[in-house]
Amino acid sequence: MAAAPASAAGPLLAVPPLLLLAATFFYPLALILHRSLAGAGGLSLAHYAVILGSALFRSALVNTVAIAAAASAGCLLLGLVLALLIAFVPFPGVRLLARVIDTFIALPTFLVALSFTFIYGSAGLLNASLMSVFHLGLPPLDFLYSRWGVILAEITVYTPFVLRPLLASFSLIEAAQIEIASSLGAGAWRIIRQVILPAALPALLAGGSLCLLLTTNEFGIVLFIGAKGVTTLPLLIYDKAIQEFDYTAACVIAVVNVGLSLGLYSLYRFALARVGGAGAGLV
Amino acid sequence: MLVWSRSGRALAWLFGGTLIAVVYGLPLAMIALASFAGQWNSALPSHFTWLHYASAVRGDSAAMLRASLLTGAAASAVALAAGTWAALALRRVAGPSRRLLDLVFFIPSAVPSVSVGLGLLVAFSRPPVLLNGTVAIVLVAHLVLVSAFAYGNVAAGLARLGHDIEQMAASLGARPAYTLRRVTLPLLTPYLLAAFSLSFALSMGELGATIMVYPPGWVTMPVGIFALTDRGDIFHGAAVTILLAAATLVVLAGLSALPAKAAARR
Repeated sequence: MAAAPASAAGPLLAVPPLLLLAATFFYPLALILHRSLAGAGGLSLAHYAVILGSALFRSALVNTVAIAAAASAGCLLLGLVLALLIAFVPFPGVRLLARVIDTFIALPTFLVALSFTFIYGSAGLLNASLMSVFHLGLPPLDFLYSRWGVILAEITVYTPFVLRPLLASFSLIEAAQIEIASSLGAGAWRIIRQVILPAALPALLAGGSLCLLLTTNEFGIVLFIGAKGVTTLPLLIYDKAIQEFDYTAACVIAVVNVGLSLGLYSLYRFALARVGGAGAGLV
Repeated sequence: MLVWSRSGRALAWLFGGTLIAVVYGLPLAMIALASFAGQWNSALPSHFTWLHYASAVRGDSAAMLRASLLTGAAASAVALAAGTWAALALRRVAGPSRRLLDLVFFIPSAVPSVSVGLGLLVAFSRPPVLLNGTVAIVLVAHLVLVSAFAYGNVAAGLARLGHDIEQMAASLGARPAYTLRRVTLPLLTPYLLAAFSLSFALSMGELGATIMVYPPGWVTMPVGIFALTDRGDIFHGAAVTILLAAATLVVLAGLSALPAKAAARR
């Protein structure tokens, strides 16, 4: 029966797409693990000892974690401020603006990194304006070519992923609830703290953990900003494999990176299970 | 309404408007401006030109657009077929095995794209299957990276559909294949389109895996844009980026208009 809710044939029917996924995804991942463990006489952890002890790997790991944590915190803050304004102090045209922000999800991440060169770069809008106003010989701001440049670009790109579940959860708060609290004399801050934030907590958790995952995996923004010394794990894998042809080192780093990402993904799934329907539309 | 006083509301709007303009408006405006920049020695470009676009629709850049569109369409179509198959099959599975299989289909979305590319390089540079240096390895990379998003959208659609209409069709004697073709898939159409749109948009902007595996004759737009900006040709890079964003949004807008048209015809 086509419409039977569950049947014994179900798992068998899932075999063709599973085989496709196994051949194109799980088999390559298993080979990365195998290659990272390859030693002279069988499996060994020798490559791990060398690479995990190297200063290059450690600085990439520290950069990855620091950038992901700072960018996710920034996404939560910016997302919360924008969602509060859009949902509770709506002005004419705000829905359109929210949709424009939402389209950033569909655009390539490096677009923002590239446009930042024109705004905050050494010859960009901001520096050139400051130089001509204050008659400076050198560009005064060079934060773009540091961790901060990457963090700011990632906040811009990933805030829509917090905004979406937040707006969904805000739409479930009854307007009457806020009006009653307000008529009983509660100020805006108190309503935010005692009514809105508790209702938004699951969405903040889901959006924040998704941002952690996406910023940990981010490659395009780091590559395009191309700051010296700001190497993250994905960029280091690219450097090792494509610039140095050192596949074994790349595989060791990839095992660490994939492990980190899967850990963050389970955090996200855990958070999403608490949001329920409000997280719809995100994966 | 959270802020009641007129002045407080005006202040909140001014703050919000400025914030959105600086964070989202300014980057879009500046990259659009840069794509027309002839010379840029002060705060803003001193003269404007169409040249970057003229060269972006010819030669190398036109080949990039073609590679990106074909890769996006092919990878999304296969991902949609596989994802729909998987979601329909999993609907008939219950309990813990369903949760596990569901997780298996979602996992590719959690793995960093560079590592997906590295895995494909390691796996398909040696027998039994040699794909390194072919267009196929780019298509496979994009298929893997968009597959979870295609599956997720179709599964979400099926969850909302419920079983009632299909059970009714079956009780009236419709065979499973007929029910699937005439009842389930038509009802799913909006979700199938959404799944394809999201996959296509992600594929158009994909950089991490493509830059690991692409062969010389198949440079997608993101890889080409990086090559342009890396050698200092940033205005040309900005023009190709605008074309990439425009091509993505045009395809998305076209696809989102489809269900409305279908509904109007009915």
